[in-house]
Amino acid sequence: MTTETTTVRHDDANLPNEKIVLRVTDLKIATNAGDEILHGVNFALSRGEILGLVGESGSGKTTAGLACMGHFREGLKFASGSVSLWPRGDDTAVEVVELDEVAVRSLRGSRIAYIPQDPALSLNPAMRVGEQIREVLDIHKFGSSEAERSERVAAVLVDVGLSGDKAYQKRWPHQLSGGQQQRIGIAMAFAMYPDVLILDEPTTGLDVSTQAVVLDTIRQMTVANNVAGLYITHDLAVIKDISDRVAVMLRGDLVEEGPVASVLEDPQHEYTKMLMSAVPDLAGRKTIGEGAAAEPESESKATHILVSAGTSKSDDSTESGDGAATSANAPLLQVKDVALAYGKAQILDGINLTLEPGDCTLLLGESGSGKTTLSRCVAGLNDDYSGTVALRGAELARSTRKRTNEQRVGIQYVFQSPFSSLNPRRSIGQSLTVPLEMSGDGTAATRKAQVEEALDSVRLGRSFYHRRPGDLSGGERQRAAIARALVNQPSVLVCDEITSALDVSVQASIIGLLRTLRKEHDLAMLFVTHNIALSRHIADNLAVLNKGTIVDYGPTAEVLENPKHEYTRTLIADVPKF
Amino acid sequence: MFGKVIGRRLIFSAFILIAVSLLVFGATLLLPGDAARAILGQQATPERIAALNEQLGLNQPAWQRYFSWLGGLFVGDFGTSTASGGSVAQLLSDRIGNSFILMAAAAIISVPLGIGLGVYSALHRGGRRDSALTGISLVFAAMPEFVIGIGLIAIFATSVFQILPAVTLAPPGEPVWGRPEQLILPTVTLILVVTPYIVRMMRATMIEVLDSGFVEMARLKGVPETRVILRHAVPHALGPVAQVVAIQLAWLAGGVVVVEFLFRYPGLGQALIDAVTYRDVQVVQAISMLVAAVYVVVNLAADVVGILTNPKLRSAA
Amino acid sequence: MSTNTNNLDDLKGSAVDGGEVPKESQTTYTPFFKRVLAQKQGKIGLTLTIIVLLLAFCGPLLLPWATGNTATEFVAKPFSPHGLFGSDNLGRDVLSRFFAGGLTLIVYSVLATALGMILGAIIGMLAAYVGGTFDAIVMRLNDVILAVPQLVFALLAITVLGPQGWVLVTVIGVTHAPRIARVARSATLGVITEDYILAAEMYAMPRWKVLLRELLPNITGPLSVEAGLRLTYSIGYIASLSFLGLGLQPPAADWGLMINENRIALSIQPWGVLLPVIAIALLTIGTNLLADSFARATASTSVEA
Repeated sequence: MTTETTTVRHDDANLPNEKIVLRVTDLKIATNAGDEILHGVNFALSRGEILGLVGESGSGKTTAGLACMGHFREGLKFASGSVSLWPRGDDTAVEVVELDEVAVRSLRGSRIAYIPQDPALSLNPAMRVGEQIREVLDIHKFGSSEAERSERVAAVLVDVGLSGDKAYQKRWPHQLSGGQQQRIGIAMAFAMYPDVLILDEPTTGLDVSTQAVVLDTIRQMTVANNVAGLYITHDLAVIKDISDRVAVMLRGDLVEEGPVASVLEDPQHEYTKMLMSAVPDLAGRKTIGEGAAAEPESESKATHILVSAGTSKSDDSTESGDGAATSANAPLLQVKDVALAYGKAQILDGINLTLEPGDCTLLLGESGSGKTTLSRCVAGLNDDYSGTVALRGAELARSTRKRTNEQRVGIQYVFQSPFSSLNPRRSIGQSLTVPLEMSGDGTAATRKAQVEEALDSVRLGRSFYHRRPGDLSGGERQRAAIARALVNQPSVLVCDEITSALDVSVQASIIGLLRTLRKEHDLAMLFVTHNIALSRHIADNLAVLNKGTIVDYGPTAEVLENPKHEYTRTLIADVPKF
Repeated sequence: MFGKVIGRRLIFSAFILIAVSLLVFGATLLLPGDAARAILGQQATPERIAALNEQLGLNQPAWQRYFSWLGGLFVGDFGTSTASGGSVAQLLSDRIGNSFILMAAAAIISVPLGIGLGVYSALHRGGRRDSALTGISLVFAAMPEFVIGIGLIAIFATSVFQILPAVTLAPPGEPVWGRPEQLILPTVTLILVVTPYIVRMMRATMIEVLDSGFVEMARLKGVPETRVILRHAVPHALGPVAQVVAIQLAWLAGGVVVVEFLFRYPGLGQALIDAVTYRDVQVVQAISMLVAAVYVVVNLAADVVGILTNPKLRSAA
Repeated sequence: MSTNTNNLDDLKGSAVDGGEVPKESQTTYTPFFKRVLAQKQGKIGLTLTIIVLLLAFCGPLLLPWATGNTATEFVAKPFSPHGLFGSDNLGRDVLSRFFAGGLTLIVYSVLATALGMILGAIIGMLAAYVGGTFDAIVMRLNDVILAVPQLVFALLAITVLGPQGWVLVTVIGVTHAPRIARVARSATLGVITEDYILAAEMYAMPRWKVLLRELLPNITGPLSVEAGLRLTYSIGYIASLSFLGLGLQPPAADWGLMINENRIALSIQPWGVLLPVIAIALLTIGTNLLADSFARATASTSVEA
């Protein structure tokens, strides 16, 4: 592990000054077993400013955030360091981590407030929302009378843009939408006019448009109440949007800190530079995942670059495909008038898409747009649709089980979560052999050779053949899942949100890998995602899916520069810019 | 809306009872070909066999017998005991009360005790007191009720202390509560069998709830710990635990059989064992139906608790 | 500098960060038995179970030595020339009967559990996998059987069919089945939404293979817990039925029956009751501790690192 890491600082704002409300000094936190999670973190929060704390999963950013409230999750304990708080109208600092239970409790919710990641899990489902806000006021004895507290509940609800009336306060959390629930969380945090606000990825579960609204509310409330905020997130784009300063964390160390503009535009630390180069930009000025494709994101391993054998293989497959083709000039994949409804809910309506060999189309949609349903219809995993899906002019049966072997091999599907798509009880080799076994070609030996070759082509290496998913990282698992889709030499690859469960640097390397594979295998690809910023990095064509219909469809640059539909325009506008 | 949910559960409960009645009645069709001879033994005279066949209605087709039996159940006519010749309802009427006392006493003590110990254990998770409680409840949950009962008899009634009666002393006709000390050991046995399950379930549910986001949020709001537990955590644990309590109470209706036999307690269980020994089919059928009815009622109660503690269900259509 | 040396389980263990929580398979592969034995419950449970099993299986072999004494005295005192633990009310040597009396109980219990597990696992997995109306019907029928306590069910069967071994095994096994099916069904439902099942479907893997190769290995955790629990209950029920005089019939040597026969003399000659009571208690405690350690071993694969 790294030893002492010094933080790269862009300015002196961290030095003691009268604007600072909360200062964390040399904070160390360890597990109960004694492993250190935070290795001495320093940062300061100033009044009216938001500090963004960025890091990938496992960097310890939430642990650091909760420590500011004197809270340590089950299994973690405070090791050393200090957290000093200067409450409003008080000149002397309070040592948060040294207070007893009662004293720290009186600070929580009143002086330091917390806005959680997932509002659906953090609101008590058996308590009316008004009552939950009211509870904070009651505990911290806000104001002098019952009436004053009731007034405050109504007022703070209005502040966050909700209705403050009694009927609204009487609602249960499950009767609100995700965005509304999060605004209840914000109202609860601001009820006591706190000095410090800890925001733990408060917009992660939300759609881009809802996220924009919630971020807006947070920004307004922070400025209006002159609060010092700590915004924890993995999303650099959000940081750029909301915070004044940013601190970058890497495995328990703070590696770089400074004003947003200077850190993000002129990163000094190697890790920050790497992060910045991995973040996809809507403008597509940089090439994410370049070079990363050549190597798995972790240890440097001997990589086996596909030799000529691989290329000739892909030629074979195209030939055999053409041999069986029914019509020479039919597109490789054609989706025509596909529609799907469950009862009254129209999930998909009149979808038309075509894909030529080597083409990549990005299918963009928010959650609930029907994008996964559509990609599963194409792959034959959902057979409830009407309309046709044709491969090389031949109409496909709706269910994958009814398609011919050749058709099944032709379209391969990669699942969203690499944590779920590989059987944990079977080795990577066993899982990857399944497609070959089922299509019935070759002997055990040739199958093994093909699987090993596929492992090579995704830059994992043959040594992964006998390993189990449990000892692989997320990125490695996703590479294995891609390899499974490649063993049969398909002509179309359907990738369903395959990078959404991964950290941004891993995402970049996977995107890089896909680009290389497309070239090597002349693959056509349907890349499904919610992240519009990826479009220029991978796709030739862009299709925008909204509520089951394609509202914009064309070459990527054209759609992004001249969106025809209002929805596309708002989407582009809502994306935090880089 | 609430009524609608309950209405649906009621219909389902009725379905269960009808299905159980089919099952219980169907079982008698498995009686060996000559049921009357099987019941009366090889020495029975042809006249007695004919009389019994008549009495059991074995001359009628099965479906007809089923409906007259089912119809009887509704008006409290459980048929005639083949062993004693008396009416089954008569035979069971004084025993129902006795069994009910035993079960109610056990339930009233073990439900709050189990919930309390479960919460206590969860709050001291990982500590010495928690592992002691967990260990003890594992041990008691494992042992069959008669093993626990005999252990108690050995300690309190014979070898060690001799302070409590080992068996029920009340002569027939005298109410069992006439001598309360004879109720202690059977009740304690039932409590020791039932409580561990409630403790374990309550502990597991509480731990899950204590780890949930909204409990962490409550703590981060500065809510005092007692209020976190009583207002935020416990209400969520009650719904699932009600289900376990229901299963345990229903189990009491069965487990009481062995305990009554062990303590020679004049209740339904004792009657059931006698009936099985004498192959008194009508009595066995009647008691099986009663036990199923208890199950249905307590489950219905648990559903109501589950709905009341969950606003999502409460307001759902 | 590398960015991703963390292995995923560490990440989950410190489940602190992570934006969108990804769908993750519940199990990683580590030898199950090792994890069981790493726990106190596992060790004690296994030891107790093995001790009683040895006693029950080897006991009959020791009979010539144990029955060396033919007692003539009824209810002979223990530690006397009439046998180490005395004799019962018919003058039979307690120790010999104790040695001989465990085998049937254990064999019946194992058979009943096995029958219940096989039936229950098949019904539960099929119900979850097929789904729809089939699932609804099967689960409703399950509820019907659940409405009658197992012991009452057994008594009903014994009334009709008589107290025979196969009746006990079948009725206990069959009434276990719906309870096990519930567990198997919910475990299957937890796994069936995993993408690797969908992947297998996508490659048109025959359905029986999906069930056997992809599903079954991933629900062995909850099923093993259930097997341990059901074995505990089987032992309890079968011993109880013997105790009620509805299992093995006299003059057979059987622990439950011994307890029933000797309990009248509990205050004068307690050993005829205590030996089998202790053996049954140790056996059920042992199997229950094992079941509990299975549960912990299964749980430890999912969340904690």
